Amino acid sequence: MAYFIQQLINGLTLGAIYGLIAIGYTMVYGIIGMINFAHGEVYMIGAFISVITYLILTTLGMSYVPLLLVVMLLASMLFTSVYGWTIERVAYRPLRRAPRLAALISAIGMSIALQNYVQLTQGARVKALAPIISGGVTLFEQNGFEVRVSFLQIFIIILTTVLMLGFSYLIDRTPLGRQQRACEQDRTMAALVGVNVDRTISTTFVMGAALAAVAGTMVTLYYGVVDFYIGFLAGVKAFTAAVLGGIGSLPGAMLGGILIGLIEAFWSAYFTIEYKDVAAFSILVLVLIFRPTGLLGKPEIEKV
Amino acid sequence: MAEIKTQTTQSQQMPAFVRDLLGTAVIALALAVPFIGLKSDSQGVALELLTRWPLMFAIVGSVLAGRVLFLLFKSHRARPRTPQPQKRAGAKETVSTWGGRHTLIIGIAGFAFAALLPFLPFANRYVVDIGTTFLIYVMLGWGLNIVVGLAGLLDLGYVAFYAVGAYSYALISTELGWSFWFCLPLAGLFAAMFGVALGFPVLRLRGDYLAIVTLGFGEIIRVVLTNWVAFTHGPDGISGIPRPTFFGYAFSRGAGKTFSDLFGIDYSSQHRVVFLYFLILALAGLTNWFTLRMRKLPTGRAWEALREDEIACRSLGINPTNVKLSAFALGAMFAGFAGAFFSTRQGFVSPESFTFMESAIILAIVVLGGMGSQMGVVLAAFALVILPEWFREFEQYRMFLFGAAMVVIMVLKPSGVMGSREPTIRLHKRQVSDAQPEIAQ
Repeated sequence: MAYFIQQLINGLTLGAIYGLIAIGYTMVYGIIGMINFAHGEVYMIGAFISVITYLILTTLGMSYVPLLLVVMLLASMLFTSVYGWTIERVAYRPLRRAPRLAALISAIGMSIALQNYVQLTQGARVKALAPIISGGVTLFEQNGFEVRVSFLQIFIIILTTVLMLGFSYLIDRTPLGRQQRACEQDRTMAALVGVNVDRTISTTFVMGAALAAVAGTMVTLYYGVVDFYIGFLAGVKAFTAAVLGGIGSLPGAMLGGILIGLIEAFWSAYFTIEYKDVAAFSILVLVLIFRPTGLLGKPEIEKV
Repeated sequence: MAEIKTQTTQSQQMPAFVRDLLGTAVIALALAVPFIGLKSDSQGVALELLTRWPLMFAIVGSVLAGRVLFLLFKSHRARPRTPQPQKRAGAKETVSTWGGRHTLIIGIAGFAFAALLPFLPFANRYVVDIGTTFLIYVMLGWGLNIVVGLAGLLDLGYVAFYAVGAYSYALISTELGWSFWFCLPLAGLFAAMFGVALGFPVLRLRGDYLAIVTLGFGEIIRVVLTNWVAFTHGPDGISGIPRPTFFGYAFSRGAGKTFSDLFGIDYSSQHRVVFLYFLILALAGLTNWFTLRMRKLPTGRAWEALREDEIACRSLGINPTNVKLSAFALGAMFAGFAGAFFSTRQGFVSPESFTFMESAIILAIVVLGGMGSQMGVVLAAFALVILPEWFREFEQYRMFLFGAAMVVIMVLKPSGVMGSREPTIRLHKRQVSDAQPEIAQ
């Protein structure tokens, strides 16, 4: 039981990170109907920027942890957003009326280019950081097995919850969210009633990139290692999470992320760690067979 | 909307121009500072921060210069607006009909050149080797073209079938000792079976889901190949795979059952290379011929019809799942053939050769060439496989440039270099082919 709860905590932490990335996929899919294949790389870029910010701050001699965290998060969100904005502007906006596959190929190309750009500029070696937040609390002990929650895990889960609540508010209640939902339903009609469609789509990419940057920063803190290749697998899993939850649905993305995190944690704990990626994909296939619209997605009606 | 913007800003053009450049400069700096200006370098244990400001300013400066040129070009082109479109439309039409009429001739000429290549004076071992690699990608491109170009199904895990073919031959020949010619159809059969097994549950789904499931399947195959050590030898791969024989006559030195002995010529290591080249040329030719014939059969017509409009097909009594499944399985079969060839050519297979990057390259070949165009596949394979060989000294930048080229080509020509997406058959002649219906339903 103790082991189970420990894995539950680990899975939730991992799931929170996947959920944040998945939101970026689901929003972009909702608004322009394409898979933003480069989103995993955006997350990787966020992780790298947080490493670099950390290095700048420590060279400047700053060591107060809360300030360090806040600056890392903000810098990563800011600079990663610029990347998100540029990607949309350069690779996707010219293709908005093009066949769907063209945009997807452009996205795959962007993903390859970004990955190699980071490899060229930052080197191929793994970047390792000393843990910034250490320590934790022991919840309870059973048969000599301690169930521990680290402060970092608490931080990750609380920050993710706050961000997701804030984000839901943003989409549900604010003018920006209304514009976004309007563009999602019908871009031409939204433009006719005065919504600046280009700007709304740009904002969507910026917000998705900012959330991915938070995820990247947290992974940097959590695992302490970053390399240029982390974006691919995380991106694929987060997309799986978005599809699992029902693509286009925000609560679905969060739920899907947490489910993927839990599946991975439990699979590694009780079965084999080598096949944990297989587990996530197999469950995706099963869900798609029995519930093709995902868990919370609305069925899509095709019109002639 | 862009037109309105240029008109309103016409009066105050200079400030707009300056503002645009300032914006570009800010964006370029924000992009460049954390990655080009600063570098995290691991010296010993701890990470260190290095700076590369001169390089960064050089790059940002060239981005700005590029932007200036682009803006000048745009304002230069924006002015004379009215007379151009008609002229261009006419020009386009003649180009497309010219291409259509001469495709057959170009195809035959290309094939003849390919067949003569090993005997040309400049064809050393290196050239023939690259030609072989090129033809593998052409064959994979043609195989995937059935799935993506004709049936309109987006397959991001095509390399999985290639891997199945390669491992089928590697395992059967090393464990059971069966010959290449017997294993080749088996490899295709296994790959096709995997295609059916994967396609059956997921082909009912919409295009994007299919993309992600195939992507996942590709990863699963790779993970299984890496971790199932008892069966696949894991990450070490399988070595010592039998090389192909000339219908039982080996390409080796000495008398007996060898190729050189059979024809009474001196042994040369070139023989096997040339033989492999002709083998893949034949296999690729088979793929192309098969596809061209299929397009004239009801099944092939149904593929194209499904790509254009699934609902219409359903109401005409076509079973979408079965038709898609046939395209998926046939595409997989050709990947299996190519895989078996790959494995006999290399003599060694490992999961390393079957990463997502391979799938991306093959898909890029199909899409960049123009979906459904057989000639386009050849051109795109040439651009993606042969050109990087010429620029070997830029090895480091190769993948970066490859990705960037994919973006640029798509932005400039979204339908691919040779893309016209013409259905093979039409009831009525259409006058202008401007319609670009969406792929993948």
